Amino acid sequence: MSAEQHDSRPQASRPWDLVGNVGEVETRTLELSGGLDLVSGRRLDTVEVAYETYGTLNEAGTNCLLICHALSGDAHVAGFHAGENASTAKPGWWDLTVGPGKMIDTNKWFVVCSNVLGGCSGTTGPGSIDPATGEPYGLRFPLVTIEDMVDAQARLLDALGVRYVGAVIGGSMGGMQALAWTKRYPSRVGAVAAIATTTRLGAQAIAFNEVGRIAIQEDPAFNQGDYYGKERQPDSGLAIARMVGHITYLSDESMREKFGRRLQQRGDYAYDFVSEFEVQSYLAYQGRRFVERFDANTYLYMTKAMDYFDLRGDSPTLAFALDGVRARFLVLSFSSDWLFPTYASRELVEALRTVDAEVSFAEIPSPYGHDAFLLEPEAQYELVTPFLDNALLSAEAVAPPARPIAEEVAA
Amino acid sequence: MTGADLLRPDFQLISELVPRGARVLDLGCGDGQLLDVLRTHKDAFVRGIELSVDDVAACLRRGLSVVQADLDEGLAGFGDDSFDLVVLSQTLQQVRKPQLVLREMLRVARRGIVSFPNFGHWRVRGYLLLKGRMPVSEHIPYQWYDTPNIHLTTIKDFREFCRRSGAVIEREVALNSTGEGKPARVVRFAPNLLAEVGVAVVGRGEG
Repeated sequence: MSAEQHDSRPQASRPWDLVGNVGEVETRTLELSGGLDLVSGRRLDTVEVAYETYGTLNEAGTNCLLICHALSGDAHVAGFHAGENASTAKPGWWDLTVGPGKMIDTNKWFVVCSNVLGGCSGTTGPGSIDPATGEPYGLRFPLVTIEDMVDAQARLLDALGVRYVGAVIGGSMGGMQALAWTKRYPSRVGAVAAIATTTRLGAQAIAFNEVGRIAIQEDPAFNQGDYYGKERQPDSGLAIARMVGHITYLSDESMREKFGRRLQQRGDYAYDFVSEFEVQSYLAYQGRRFVERFDANTYLYMTKAMDYFDLRGDSPTLAFALDGVRARFLVLSFSSDWLFPTYASRELVEALRTVDAEVSFAEIPSPYGHDAFLLEPEAQYELVTPFLDNALLSAEAVAPPARPIAEEVAA
Repeated sequence: MTGADLLRPDFQLISELVPRGARVLDLGCGDGQLLDVLRTHKDAFVRGIELSVDDVAACLRRGLSVVQADLDEGLAGFGDDSFDLVVLSQTLQQVRKPQLVLREMLRVARRGIVSFPNFGHWRVRGYLLLKGRMPVSEHIPYQWYDTPNIHLTTIKDFREFCRRSGAVIEREVALNSTGEGKPARVVRFAPNLLAEVGVAVVGRGEG
């Protein structure tokens, strides 16, 4: 999710974020040699992946930690880009938890995060130029799945010389990728922290995704996805999609507390369809900000990838599908998250238990809804930090194989 | 001094009762001390269930796999006979539905170990008799208005509870602690009056 959701956080130094910032970082881009074959059977001949890394890969190659970002995230997890600093710019989207001495400790881990396949922040997606036509793909870009995103990450890690992933961590759509990793590359993942996520979306979440997609597709400027470089962009549709999404990331309680029925200006109702309630202007602001940095087509592709995702695959049950996973799991949910509800996490935990996987689970009490995974650093710190410390110890006992990760994709 | 010396008195006994290499599920495992010992000293396959998020964090610090759940909701999601042994240490008195929990224990494993503070201990009886107030002791350290213990029982009542619940007590040991860090003393004479803690191995009684 996005950096702007950090706006309201208190600035005082706290034990879980007191130590350090990764400082100035840079998003790099790497082209995957030989393109990428997709789950759908289609193929991308040219794939570029935008990524950031923090910390150093140890000699044994055991301390890589992969962060998978959510729907609207990007590779810029922590620190600042050149020319920016704490007073002029916002840090990466999970800067609260990633840095020296933080929950994801860059003194211990070699941290990698890449923009997902189909994204709009540097990695090849619908806004990229199709080498076959010299024009942006638009909707000619093939549908991508969570598994395709994971394959692209595996190829990136191979190119970076990583052969074993000590831990994968992700929230929301990032959690789906983390789970997909353990199925797709079971022998290459030591530990998975799956936060505020699910093994598959329910009808309610798919329904909200569909409303967002329709808002974009029905925008008069959408033009079947061919709006790049045009005068008019499907901004209004994308903003509406974001507003709907944003409501689903909050909770009844957090909205009541944050806005209530407060009006922007004191006084009586205008008896007109103008923006009056604070929540109206908040949503409009979120929509506007999102349009500045996100591509409408990518929104379509990301939500569809989430809708398709089902960790069960062709297996009759989730436990069947998870048979053979080797990673240790930490599954976390948030009490007020109704988009990725606790019962979905429990389903995963029960299936993992059935196959005797090492799995721990906690539901963190929080009023912030789905957004809590970005807004509750303290509770996550207490649970994730010891889990990662143990993951690092376990990883040190592993001798990473010499073969590239991508060669071990499980059927 | 080894770690085991610092164990709660019932933990020492439970640890002795667990066969090497057993699959053990600890219901209400707290900070995971018992599971840690069973893993280290008994090569046991250990899993825990705990209601408190803080305790789940403590278990993670020990590298244990523990799932946050409410025992009163049963053990749905655990298969029949999926463990060798289920431990319920000092937790029975805190659940809303003790019979459900006992039944579920003996569904998930053939055998269970239950430990509980004995409300029939003479000091507890004397406290109520002489002071006319709800007993507070080392093993029952809570005020009546602020206690997780909602189903306190005596050793005698526990036997009756098992009988009525269709469970069989295969072995019963009563204990008195002899101070922090010291080994517990087994109470053989008049345990319901003289023991502070009751420990029982319960089974399904299938013969």
